[in-house]
Amino acid sequence: LRPVYVGVDVGASRTKVAILDEKKRLIGHAVRKSGTDFARTADDTFRTASEMAEISPQDVVRCVSTGYGRRNVTFSDDAKTEISCHAKGCFHYFPVAMTIIDIGGQDNKIIKLDGKGRRLGFKMNRKCAAGTGAFLEEMSVRLDIPLEQMDAMARAAENIVELGSYCTVFSGTEVLEKIRQGKKVSDIVKGLFFSVIKRVLEMDSFTDTVVMSGGVVAHNPYLVEMIREISGREIRVPEYPQLTGAVGAALFAMEAEKP
Amino acid sequence: VEESMLEKEKPVRKEIAASKALKKVMADHFYELDEASKSGSRKIAWCTSVGPAELLRGMGFLVYFPENHGAMLGATRMAAELIPYANAIGYSPDICSYLTSDIGSYLQKRTPLTTAYDIESVPRPDVLVFNTNQCRDVQDWFAWYARELNVPLIGVHTHRDIGDIRPYQTKDIASQIQDLVPKLEEVCGGKFDPGRFKEAVACSKRTSELWRACLESAAAIPSPWTFFDATIHMGPAVVARGTREAVDYYELLLPELQERIKKGIAAVDGERHRLYWEGMPIWGKLRPLSEQFASLKTCVVASTYCNSWIFDQLDPENPFESMAVAYTELFIVRDEAHKEAYIKKCRDLFQFDGVIFHDAKTCPNNSNSRYGMPERLSRNLHLPVLTIHGDLNDLRCYSEEQAKTNIEAFIEQLEEG
Repeated sequence: LRPVYVGVDVGASRTKVAILDEKKRLIGHAVRKSGTDFARTADDTFRTASEMAEISPQDVVRCVSTGYGRRNVTFSDDAKTEISCHAKGCFHYFPVAMTIIDIGGQDNKIIKLDGKGRRLGFKMNRKCAAGTGAFLEEMSVRLDIPLEQMDAMARAAENIVELGSYCTVFSGTEVLEKIRQGKKVSDIVKGLFFSVIKRVLEMDSFTDTVVMSGGVVAHNPYLVEMIREISGREIRVPEYPQLTGAVGAALFAMEAEKP
Repeated sequence: VEESMLEKEKPVRKEIAASKALKKVMADHFYELDEASKSGSRKIAWCTSVGPAELLRGMGFLVYFPENHGAMLGATRMAAELIPYANAIGYSPDICSYLTSDIGSYLQKRTPLTTAYDIESVPRPDVLVFNTNQCRDVQDWFAWYARELNVPLIGVHTHRDIGDIRPYQTKDIASQIQDLVPKLEEVCGGKFDPGRFKEAVACSKRTSELWRACLESAAAIPSPWTFFDATIHMGPAVVARGTREAVDYYELLLPELQERIKKGIAAVDGERHRLYWEGMPIWGKLRPLSEQFASLKTCVVASTYCNSWIFDQLDPENPFESMAVAYTELFIVRDEAHKEAYIKKCRDLFQFDGVIFHDAKTCPNNSNSRYGMPERLSRNLHLPVLTIHGDLNDLRCYSEEQAKTNIEAFIEQLEEG
């Protein structure tokens, strides 16, 4: 028997599982599309992660679920919000006072922690999903560019084609207009990244160390470089930014067993 | 692990015994209006929620409050279906959703009064009387009916963003209220009776004193009732202010709350956290929100909203002037510094450990999160704050999952201490 702690983050877009051993080492992880059957996706994602960790379900001491579908995970012992879990996960990697920027599939979060990891406050995007992963997904369809090529395209851009609207759908129209005007697609993609950054910058002020997490950052590291340049701040990113919430959940599982 | 373990325990609601009497006060209010509307036996004035109701009662009018109807449209979730009809005739989805749901209700000839009381429609007004202390929307709302029904529209124009109240401001409001008298005499066809007016002011004052005592009972730990209870039990303070019936109702409710305190009965079992609610209720979601807070062992103990019907400055010996003072000292017309000091005073009394700001999309005057107040309060009072985005009536502006997660995360933050 090899005691492990599991965090399951069922996001609106992707489901993430992190498996930690007793020394808080990440020994297994997996990411899948959440789809519509959250319970089943969570099961499947856990199975993939356990194969990587070479553990069996009996090794799991405790499991905590988080994310939009946190109450749908059948094998979980407790549920925590993704705000608490991202905070916990980020503080694990960078134990300092920080501002966390998490860009998820349909939520953006800004979370502030003091030097002991205690939460000072948090904000989520308002009812609109502008500036989240959903925005980039929608635009990749509009522009007919695979999501995974966007980062390289933005990086290759020579200019930024700025977009004005908050609204994802109207931004789509604006993008078509830019194409008609003969703007380069790569410059437009950089404009899309810039739009995401603007939505984040207007949510809150940044204080202390800035840490970024979430799937959008994981797949678009150029976004971090842009935000670094625009904000003039050092930005730190955990090794697996998409897994931060799941890692935080696993740490909560461990704490509950060994307070 | 059983799936059920993840489901939070369903909290038990403790019914307030006075609720039965409450239902009767509210029903009588609407039946009396309906009868008068049909028979013409009494003149009917429509009045904004913090309009000069005492004067109208004193002059013998029955008083109907469209904002109360708005809240009913919200609570029954009829608003969502009716708002678009008002939008379609040019009333923007960005303006007051009481207004748009009420006008939509008129256009569609559908009212929650039918299901609740078997009343076909709201009473027909003989006069429309507003006070813009709530907002400009109430005036525009009544103006629509004035044109539609060809009924006189009169009102009081408030001062706004007031710090310290100056004599010229209350003098002005008092004289504006006085100026309503000739028109009201003309509509009701009788002379103004100062004795009757004083009586109405006295009843209103007594109602306010009792209502304040009821609200302040939530200072007890654990609290005997919640903000969600109070939004329902405030009915008589809103629609029957200035009548004996309202006084009688709170004379019944107050001892029940005091009895709960004496016996240590908590509205929320195992109360662990106490919160202040700043902003409008989300009428269509009172039940799920109240249940979520209860399952998180959290009692929302006080609110600006329920406190806004305390007018104990009223003085029957000085009716016009004291009405002017009561309707000008109101939270909603004050400046940011006053509002922040007010919330601090509430914190000292109710000992809450966090504040929830409801940013209501269509109600800027009741959304105090838009000029940096949550950040200032949090800093100055060392209190955690949370802003949730929604609306009083228009649930198209409310993302329930987002709000639930925000609230749950906020309580987790309080748990971390």
